[in-house]
Amino acid sequence: MTTLSAPTERPVRRATRDTRQPIIGGVAAGLARHLGVPVVWVRAGFLIAAVLGGSGILFYAGLWLVLPGDSLHDREAPGLESAARQGRRPGRIRRLADSGPAIALVALGLGMVLTAEAIFGNGIVIWALVLAMLGFGLLWRQADEAQRSRWLDQSERLNPTRAVFGTGGWAAYVRVGAGFVLVVSAVALFAVRHGRVSDVYDVLISAALGVVGLGITLGPWIWRLTNDLAEERAERVRTQERADLAAHLHDSVLQTLALIQKNAADAPTVARLARSQERDLRAWLFEAPPDGGTLAGALREVVREIEDTYGVDVELVTVGDVDVDETLSPIVAAAREAATNAAKHAGSPVVDLYAEVSPDRVEVFVRDRGTGFDPHTVPADRQGVRNSILDRMTRHGGTAEIRSTPETGTEVRLQLPRQESNP
Amino acid sequence: MSHPIRVLIVDDHAMFRAGVRAELGSAVDVVAEAADVDEAVAAIAEHHPDVVLLDVHLPGGGGAEVMRRMPPTVVADGPRFLALSVSDAAEDVIGTIRAGARGYVTKTITGPELVDAIRRVSENDAVFSPRLAGFVLDAFAGTIEISAVDEDLDRLTEREREVMRLIARGYAYKEVARELFISIKTVETHMSSVLRKLQLSSRHELTRWASDRRLL
Repeated sequence: MTTLSAPTERPVRRATRDTRQPIIGGVAAGLARHLGVPVVWVRAGFLIAAVLGGSGILFYAGLWLVLPGDSLHDREAPGLESAARQGRRPGRIRRLADSGPAIALVALGLGMVLTAEAIFGNGIVIWALVLAMLGFGLLWRQADEAQRSRWLDQSERLNPTRAVFGTGGWAAYVRVGAGFVLVVSAVALFAVRHGRVSDVYDVLISAALGVVGLGITLGPWIWRLTNDLAEERAERVRTQERADLAAHLHDSVLQTLALIQKNAADAPTVARLARSQERDLRAWLFEAPPDGGTLAGALREVVREIEDTYGVDVELVTVGDVDVDETLSPIVAAAREAATNAAKHAGSPVVDLYAEVSPDRVEVFVRDRGTGFDPHTVPADRQGVRNSILDRMTRHGGTAEIRSTPETGTEVRLQLPRQESNP
Repeated sequence: MSHPIRVLIVDDHAMFRAGVRAELGSAVDVVAEAADVDEAVAAIAEHHPDVVLLDVHLPGGGGAEVMRRMPPTVVADGPRFLALSVSDAAEDVIGTIRAGARGYVTKTITGPELVDAIRRVSENDAVFSPRLAGFVLDAFAGTIEISAVDEDLDRLTEREREVMRLIARGYAYKEVARELFISIKTVETHMSSVLRKLQLSSRHELTRWASDRRLL
């Protein structure tokens, strides 16, 4: 048997802010993770650069603006997300990081003012600059909020008015207006102070500063806009997938309810229908999307089959996971046989199925609290135990052990060493 | 026990509250019911239950929020929390235990098992369902980062691991004790110790493991 491995596409690595345990904004931790260096180095670097001339602060603030938080990429099962949206699960605790844009803005403003002072060496320009910064700050904040509300809005088209003014309201207009007035008065102040022709260089410099300011004002906004657009598109695709799945599930629930009504007098059938429907819903709401071909996935399939066929509960617990290849399929088959025996013969309503994947082996335990039997007296014609379990495991280099007593029921222990096939 | 255990049922589905109440019957004393976080906090202050059966998904911030809102003075001899949820998603299980619950069982648990779990929790023991034991093993699996802050809290002893594995395999406490040739009391001690580690460990894996797991 040959294994064809398609050339796997390397996923694009994107730097994100680490929002797990941020000291300020999680920039250093995120950067360290991205570059693969200890976080202490990055933090020390920022600190040294901040002390020597303040560029560390500027750099940090800039990164804070452009790096998305890693929570943006977190995806949870729809049921969890919906519970979180409706406030039925604990949400994120508000931290310093949430006021990130404001803090970054202040740091940037201070940096700009100090830089200006260092260049021009006097205090005249500063007040004009401070006013301009305030104005741009207000405009920028407005853009940020507009973008946020548009993000939450489900309409698909991009509306320019909406992009600037958000959902409208007097506060939005006042903010945009005030920002505009402040910028204009900063320019006016500058012109009044230096109203002579000889100051044309100063005006040029101030114009250049204005352009830089505009860049700072609009840059992050445009950057975020592009990011959000991509995120939005991905979200839309996901939503559609989920809607399809939900429709499918609702349909199956309806079918099950209809069947239950028809079989209302037949308790075991009703229980079986209810159980299989419950499993479907639970898997959809609370479990990560099934990744096909893994040991846990294969065992879930076994559980589903046995629960449906024999009407017993199979409690499955898996620790670790691994892709199932031909070396591991014997243990899945043996587990299926053992669980089937337990469901068929033990007369116990619950069967426990436990699988553990360690680096060097895979173990599966199948346990019931049923009647038990003596493994040595199994008649030779009972193919199940001897052939499907014991021989199969030995043939593939593993072991199988059956412990059974009338008081405690039966436990089948399977273990199979793992080959070097895994990378 | 001189008096029946006083229990508060917190769940936002009235039908489920009624079901649990009926299932518990006279084995425990159900003193009150609550449907959201605020009601639960108020009911705890008013009735001083021994055990709070806490739904994990609850309007007002979830079951964890109820535990977070307990005043510190109450925590020492206040109610014990047993989480009861239809979700067995890892994020919910680990999150609830770390918020202070002494156990986690799913809503499909049978009546007698639930009564038994309530009794254990009221005696300050830990209650681990097989699923929770599996999560614990998963979360504490693998190598430990050298920089781990508190090594004792970040790893299970060999014995604790054995106990967890047996619980995950569906063994009851006394079967675990018999299998390992130790007393039930010792099993309970191990369980409490694991619970403490689960709550206090600073292992990165415990908070992020659930989502990282898919990347394995």
